[in-house]
Amino acid sequence: MKTKLAILFSSIFASSVFLSACGDEKQTGIDPQMMADSLFSVMEADRTVYTKLIIGRLAKEEKVIKASEHWKDEKALVLPAQMFRYGAERVAEKGAPFSYSLLSLWPVNKQNKPKTDAEIKGLNYISENPGKNYYAEEELAGVKYFTAVYPDVGVAPACVSCHNKHKDSPRTDFKIGEVMGGVVIRIPL
Amino acid sequence: MSKSKKTFWIYWLIITIGLAGYLTIQLTGEDKSAFLPGKTSHGHYQIEAACSACHSDPFGGGEVLQDACTNCHGQELNVADDSHPKSKFTNPRNADRLEKLDARQCVTCHMEHKEEITQDMGVTLPDDFCFKCHFDVAENRPSHKGMEFSSCASAGCHNYHDNRGLYEDFLAKHLDEPEHHVKQDLKPLSLEPAYHALAGYPIKRYPAKELKVTEADIPLTVRDDPKIKQDWMDTSHRQSGVNCTACHEQQAEDSTASVWVDKPDHKACASCHSEQAKSFLDSKHGMRLKQDLSPMTPGHTGIDMKKTAHTKELNCVSCHGAHRFDRQHAAVEACIGCHDDKHTNAYKQSPHYNTWLKEINSGSKENVGVSCATCHLPRKPVKYESGTFIIAEHNQNDNLRPNEKMLRSVCMQCHGLGFSIDALADRDLIDKNFSGKPGLHVESLDLVKKRLNLKKDIQGM
Repeated sequence: MKTKLAILFSSIFASSVFLSACGDEKQTGIDPQMMADSLFSVMEADRTVYTKLIIGRLAKEEKVIKASEHWKDEKALVLPAQMFRYGAERVAEKGAPFSYSLLSLWPVNKQNKPKTDAEIKGLNYISENPGKNYYAEEELAGVKYFTAVYPDVGVAPACVSCHNKHKDSPRTDFKIGEVMGGVVIRIPL
Repeated sequence: MSKSKKTFWIYWLIITIGLAGYLTIQLTGEDKSAFLPGKTSHGHYQIEAACSACHSDPFGGGEVLQDACTNCHGQELNVADDSHPKSKFTNPRNADRLEKLDARQCVTCHMEHKEEITQDMGVTLPDDFCFKCHFDVAENRPSHKGMEFSSCASAGCHNYHDNRGLYEDFLAKHLDEPEHHVKQDLKPLSLEPAYHALAGYPIKRYPAKELKVTEADIPLTVRDDPKIKQDWMDTSHRQSGVNCTACHEQQAEDSTASVWVDKPDHKACASCHSEQAKSFLDSKHGMRLKQDLSPMTPGHTGIDMKKTAHTKELNCVSCHGAHRFDRQHAAVEACIGCHDDKHTNAYKQSPHYNTWLKEINSGSKENVGVSCATCHLPRKPVKYESGTFIIAEHNQNDNLRPNEKMLRSVCMQCHGLGFSIDALADRDLIDKNFSGKPGLHVESLDLVKKRLNLKKDIQGM
């Protein structure tokens, strides 16, 4: 009898171990860097299209409508940077787990200068290493994030001329193709 | 049980039952003051008996209150291009700021039932709160060096939410303007065409044509009052085919049949004048009705009101007058009939009143005079399917506090920006209803001018 009971308990234990192992699948979610890179490729494409095909064409070349920071008052097109930020705010309102922002070492609006360690290091890195991205992990308010910083390059004459002329711009010598700022994407880990 | 113990328990029982009865009456009646944890602010005391207006879910947390705030004030903030919307703070990079001031929640700055710390605009924070995020402002704006942080929101400088009339480029655009513009820009109301734009207007029953007195469709069971009929004859209602039953006939509660109602309420007006009714219900005049409380009366307010008007109930006809719907009366005399403060009482000695007299004495020109309504119920464009019409904003609080909200919607239609900012900052001048010149000067335009000149000099070097 004792032997039978021992066999029964051993079988139950063995099947439990086997079954529990079945549920212990390896996590197969997307890699945070791949996720951030993919998000950035969409953001960069949309941003370039808006800057070149809308602002560059309509406001700068054909001059059919103005682009203005005060677009509502002036009945004008929103600036590319505003377009990007409004999109980021909409994404946040919808409760998406990731977040993104457009920052610069030479921001027109001083609220957009880097402030976390990852932002400061990242923006300096992409500025000193053209064409490269910066990746880091950081903890903000007790939450760990994968943080990626991508170069935001002046792709059209409209980008550099507006920033160089803006009364609040701390830098007035931007050139086309130069890194003017950085897109910071955060994915919670 | 000893006799004294017995007496004690009898008293205990009587007091408990009495208290339970009192609290039950309070809870089910309109007066719920026994349950208020503290006096409510000037913005909410009219509806403090409607606890569920804010506390919509007894088991909810902060998100319930936040929803209540945005349900009533969200649209207004959107229209005002809120300078500090929640969306500016949700990015994790702002975690350090949120530790100092959780700007995602309205109650962080506007706690209710805290009379002892409530300041103007219902703000319950010390008035130097801007320091928490903008402590380094002088680095980029040297002109601000040494300025007290408690002065940021002084009249004519900055507002936390609405800076439409105060942002730097706007000020720059309006430097050196005269006290009075040569041509004023008061837009005439386009009330009459509005109802034709309504999809549900019963145009077949009430075609848009002038009615004769014999065509008034008063039922035989209703007394035919010649004075009422004459009032109706003088209105644009009669001229545009709005017959008696259009307002007096309402659907019966217990059937689909229509019945005659002697005194239709604001809902009857709302069926055509929906935008006006909506803003009236958002206003201090109508917010009690919106919460299904008894109508607001001047006696309900905490400000100076004429004693003779204390019990007057506020609805559409209390200002417009039933049947006459006299907009000139509603624009001045209706206000003066109740309000009894210095500003109101000084109106008839003011230059604004002189312009109003000119308007009402000249006949039909409706865009030269400055009435109470011109400033406090300003005209605004509203889009209907068939076009945009100019109507009066009936939420008189929409541009009242902080008063710089009036700059663009009201003052600048006749006056220069600098003059307007100074005038709105001068409390004594407001009390005198703007009879005289501003006695103080707000520096904001000077600072902008100086900064622009400095930039020009640098660029010219």
